[in-house]
Amino acid sequence: MSLQPLVEIRDLNFAYDNRAILKGINMSFPKGKLIAIMGLSGCGKTTLLRHIGGVLKPTRGYVKVDGKVIHELDQEGLYAMRRKMGMLFQFGALFTDMSVFDNVAFQMREHTDLPEDIIHDLVLMKLHAVGLRGTHNLMPAELSGGMARRVALARTVALDPMLIMYDEPFAGLDPISLSVVGNLIRQLNDALGATSIVVTHDIQESLKIVDYVYFISDGAIIAEGTADEIRASEVPFVRQFVHGEIDGPIPFHYPGGNYSQDLRLRA
Amino acid sequence: MSIVNSLRTIGHRTVNAVWRIGFAARFFAMTLFYSGASFRRFRLTIKEMFFSGVMSLIIILVAGMFVGMVLGLQGYETLKRYGSESALGSLVALSLVRELGPVLAALLFASRAGSAMTAEIGLMKATEQIAAMELMAVNPIARVVAPRFWAGVFSMPLLAALFSAMGVLGGYVVGVVLIGVDEGSFWSQMQGAVDFRHDVMNGVIKSFVFGLAVTAISLFEGYDAPPTAEGVSGATTRTVVESSLAILILDFILTALMFGSN
Repeated sequence: MSLQPLVEIRDLNFAYDNRAILKGINMSFPKGKLIAIMGLSGCGKTTLLRHIGGVLKPTRGYVKVDGKVIHELDQEGLYAMRRKMGMLFQFGALFTDMSVFDNVAFQMREHTDLPEDIIHDLVLMKLHAVGLRGTHNLMPAELSGGMARRVALARTVALDPMLIMYDEPFAGLDPISLSVVGNLIRQLNDALGATSIVVTHDIQESLKIVDYVYFISDGAIIAEGTADEIRASEVPFVRQFVHGEIDGPIPFHYPGGNYSQDLRLRA
Repeated sequence: MSIVNSLRTIGHRTVNAVWRIGFAARFFAMTLFYSGASFRRFRLTIKEMFFSGVMSLIIILVAGMFVGMVLGLQGYETLKRYGSESALGSLVALSLVRELGPVLAALLFASRAGSAMTAEIGLMKATEQIAAMELMAVNPIARVVAPRFWAGVFSMPLLAALFSAMGVLGGYVVGVVLIGVDEGSFWSQMQGAVDFRHDVMNGVIKSFVFGLAVTAISLFEGYDAPPTAEGVSGATTRTVVESSLAILILDFILTALMFGSN
C-alpha cells in the first residue's frame, strides 16, 4: 500500500470490563482509498471505528489521523479533527425532529458562518448527489430505510470531509438500495478525494467497490488484501465468510453443554 | 456464602448509586458550563419553550380552572360555618399563589413535559443521534441538553402563574357566579390579603426551583437511559417518580424557609 497513510493504527488494544475487544491491531489507510473492515458481528469492527473517531481511548497503542494521535488530543483538538471526518451510522441516525433539509444543513449551520441562501444551494447540491433533492421538505419518518441512509450520506459529506467512515452502511437494505448506496460510497470517495473506511459484513456488495480489505476475528486481523486476493483466499475463516458456508471455523452451534444431558435423555 | 453475596450486592449497589450521583452532578455542571449557546442562540431555547411550555398550556389551564373551582366550593363550605364567606377570595388566592399553583403546575409539568424530554433524549441516544452529533464535533450537552434545560426553567414560573390565574378565575366562577358570594368583597379581600413580595414572589421562587429540579432530573434520566426500549421506558417512569418526590420535598423545605417564621 501507499507510503502516505491518512490513518495509521499501531498495536491498538482495547479492553472493556477486563474483556479484550481489540488485540494488537495494525492498519494503514492510504489517502484516496476505500477500505473495508470485515468480520462477524461483535468482532470489534465498530469499536475500531469509535477509536478513529476519538469516542474511545485505547488501553495500548494509538490511532493517528492526519499525523495526530487521536487519544492525545484535547477536546478542542478532537472537535477540530472531527470536523474533517464524516461518519455514517448503521441506521443513518438522522435527527428525527428536523427535516431532511435541516439535517443536511446541520453541520454547515453549526460550523460555518455561511449565509442561509448559500447553505440552501449547498444542501440541494448534496441531496442531488444522492438523488434525493426532491425530499428536502420531508421529515426522516417519511423516508424509506434506503432513502434515510442516502440522506444520512449527504449529511455525512456536507462539509467535504477528508475521512469518511461507514458503520454497516448496507444493513437492512433491499438489493436496489444496496447497489445504490454501494455506488454512492465509491463515487463520493473519488469525487471528494476522500479516504473511506467501510465497516461491514456484506461481503458481496463491498468487494465490488473497495480497494483493500481487512478481516477481523475476535479482535485481531486474520487476513487482508485486495478484493481479488480475498476472493481467492485459502484462509478457512475467509473462505467460510466469502462463500457463506454454514459450518467451518465459525461453528453453527453456540458452545453449550452435552445435548443428551440438556434433553435429560438416559444413556 | 450468602452473607458474602449479600454484602457484595449491597456494596455493588452503593458504588453504583454513588457513581450515578457523581455522574448527575457532573452532568448538571456541564449543562451550566455549556449554557452559553442557549442564550447566544436564543432561538434554540425558544423552540424548546414551545414544546415544553406552550404544549403544556392546555393541561395547566384546565387543571388550574378545576382546582380553583374545587377550592371555591370547599372554601365556601368551611368559611360559611364561621360566617366569613367574604374571605373566600383571599383563601383561594393565597392557597394558589403560595402552594397549589407552583406545586401542582410542577407536578403536571413533570408528567407532561418532563417525561417527554426524558423519552426524547433517551430515544435520541438509542438511535445514535447523540453519538452522531458528538462525531460531527457538536457538543450534545450544549446543543440538545442546555436549551431544553433553560426552556424548562423559564417555562415553569410562567405556567405556575397561569395555573394560579386560572384557579382564581375558577374560584370566582364557583364562589361569586354560582354560589353568590359578594363580588366586591371577593376581590377586595383578595387584594388586601395577598402581598406581592411575600406571597407572589415566594411562589415564583418556588416554581423556579421546581422547574430547575424537574428539568434537570428529566434531562439526566434521558441522557443516562440505557439505549433500549426497556431502558427508555424505565427512565421515563423514574423521571415522573423522582420529580414528584423532589417537588414535594423541596416544597416543604422552601415553605419552612419562607413562611416558617410567621
